[in-house]
Amino acid sequence: MVDFGFGLVPSSRINLDLFDKQKYEELASVEPDVRKCMSCGSCTAVCTAGNFVTTSLREAIESIHNGQPGKALEMLGSCQLCGKCAMVCPRGINTRHLILSINKIYGKI
Amino acid sequence: MKNNVLIVGGGPAGLEASSQLQRLGYNVILIERSAALGGHLAKWDRLFPSGVSAQDALKTLLGRIEGVKCFTDTEVQSINRLDKSYNVILSNGITVLADAVLMTTGFDLFEASRKEEYGYGIYNQVMTNADLEAYFRNHSDKRIDNPRRIGFVHCVGSRDEKAGCRSCSKVCCATAVKQAIEMKQAFPEADVFCFYMDLRLFGRHYEDMYLKAQKDYGIRFIRGRVAEVAENADGSLQVKAEDTVASKPLKVSLDLLVLMAGMRPSVSGRRVGELLEVPVEEDGYFSVREGIVSGQRSPLPGIFLAGAATGPKTLPDTLADARAAAVLVDDYLSGIFTEAKHYKNLVRELW
Repeated sequence: MVDFGFGLVPSSRINLDLFDKQKYEELASVEPDVRKCMSCGSCTAVCTAGNFVTTSLREAIESIHNGQPGKALEMLGSCQLCGKCAMVCPRGINTRHLILSINKIYGKI
Repeated sequence: MKNNVLIVGGGPAGLEASSQLQRLGYNVILIERSAALGGHLAKWDRLFPSGVSAQDALKTLLGRIEGVKCFTDTEVQSINRLDKSYNVILSNGITVLADAVLMTTGFDLFEASRKEEYGYGIYNQVMTNADLEAYFRNHSDKRIDNPRRIGFVHCVGSRDEKAGCRSCSKVCCATAVKQAIEMKQAFPEADVFCFYMDLRLFGRHYEDMYLKAQKDYGIRFIRGRVAEVAENADGSLQVKAEDTVASKPLKVSLDLLVLMAGMRPSVSGRRVGELLEVPVEEDGYFSVREGIVSGQRSPLPGIFLAGAATGPKTLPDTLADARAAAVLVDDYLSGIFTEAKHYKNLVRELW
């Protein structure tokens, strides 16, 4: 390749066609409550790790839906499983268990 | 002597008000401009939130109007205000001396082709909520051939000042969730996306329906208005929106796009309103005398309003509005025509 001295940044547009349905169904079979998230942001608002490093379960779930599981893992990397998000979730999602499952299923990439 | 009440519009509001006024002892004349009674309800398949049959609901309403004089294929030709009543000439040649007029003229569906960027009438795979209901009833539509990816666009012609409609149409969010579920029932393998700006699931059981759509049917809700639709070479659609929760532009290819056309004031209802000189508000719906405390009275004496003639309403809202209008018509007529013999007066005499 000729080096022109610049490169092209890949598009940051979300492409829903890249969504991995099979893997998501694997997650949903262990964690059916993942479907219940309505993106209210309560989990992110109370996150203790979020005070220091970007951490957001809401955004992680979104990222999975949007075909960006790598970003989801990044969003949860600093989670200490303190469970505050589980206390505030209005739909009663077992967030700690969900975070572990996301790491387990998408972490093997 | 029985008072005549003319009801303009044979949809759910007109039917329910007819039956109530008939029972109160009035002589009810119901006119409908199309060939059949039932309005939009007659074209619908199932109703949110529980999925009951629209045709069964209509049958119940029709079963209650015995004794009401119904004229279909009939319009109002001219109206003259007399001392206490209205002299109304109908297009079938009949003249009615109406002591009260109830406008139950309903709504028109927004013409989805006006939102050209969504491609209704241009791209083959774009349809409306009404088209989809017709499909649910007939099980045939050439646009629906085992679709694998289906999108629903909320607020088409609603909350859109450029399309001439600033207001929310109230029923489309619940209808979209209902139709999305029905499509998943028909095509379990399909991926279904709903594009919304705000989900307005205000009614009883509506939120349960939303939760069911997410949890049991895996329907994906994306916050953001679809901005543009294009057709791929294979006839599928390329849809662009912003995922405003993720703050990122988004694209997706779909086999079918359903536009949730909103409610607009009925054009033919407006025409009758002009004959009667009923004032309308900026949004195009008829104005009411005292919005909160008696929302079924027009500012004119003897003219009443019910149903979507005064703004978007759900079916239960419309029916409750029609019953309320019947009570107000009765109040009004009992006050003006004190000598008239109604059911009430007869009961009083018996006592």
